[in-house]
Amino acid sequence: MLDALTIAVAATALALAAWCGLAAYRDLPTKDRHFIGMAVVSALALVQLVVGIVQLARGERPGEGVAIFLAYLVGSALAVPAAGFLSLAERTRWGSATVAAGAVVLAVLEVRLHDVWGG
Amino acid sequence: MTGTGQAREGAEDTAVAGAGRTRLVAGPGLLLVWLYGVMSVGAVSRSVYQILTDFGSAPLAHTLSAVAAVVYAFITYTLVRGGEAARRAALVCCGAELAGVLVVGTWTLADPSAFPDSTVWSAYGMGYLFIPVLLPVTGMVWLRRSRSTGA
Repeated sequence: MLDALTIAVAATALALAAWCGLAAYRDLPTKDRHFIGMAVVSALALVQLVVGIVQLARGERPGEGVAIFLAYLVGSALAVPAAGFLSLAERTRWGSATVAAGAVVLAVLEVRLHDVWGG
Repeated sequence: MTGTGQAREGAEDTAVAGAGRTRLVAGPGLLLVWLYGVMSVGAVSRSVYQILTDFGSAPLAHTLSAVAAVVYAFITYTLVRGGEAARRAALVCCGAELAGVLVVGTWTLADPSAFPDSTVWSAYGMGYLFIPVLLPVTGMVWLRRSRSTGA
């Protein structure tokens, strides 16, 4: 369950990064449709946070320790919303570029999260 | 490249705002402050965890991680705060950061045995997609350019 979510979050995050990167390249600010995309990716990351906590509650233990695992889960859930919030105040291509960077950060966090869980 | 010109004009319009300080978080500055923010969170949490759990196993690496964390947090703060003094302080810190990445990066490659655990700046920040070595360079370019637009 967690593995499937990790792959889903990483894949949608990369797609979001490409989409917002394209918007930045075309000199466009983030639009409503981009925010819907961010909401989808953020919702998946939130589900992952809940599933991760449930697995911890069940007594399963990540290879690199509970604290690191939780830190990466929370960071993953916050990365895209934080970048999206910043892009609201910057109505230029640089807002889009920031969201793209945020999505890349999320994809990297997912790779690390996979390592942390596996040990 | 016409797009960049437009974006820069937009940044110049908003460059002087609030309390008369030069806004550094505008246009490309937003992307910069986001990346510095991410690096701050990453470096601070990493170094707090390393120091709390096993400082003794690699004191040099963990001390350098803490130094990196402080530098990142301070640059993020100065960028968000804005103003000429903050801009100068950030410029100096970007230089210190670049020097740190280059020295620590070279050191980790030359004498790996001194670093049983890695730091943010190990191998020029390879574990962080080389962002640690690219960020101060872009930071300094942006901060130097902000001077002419802000004054």
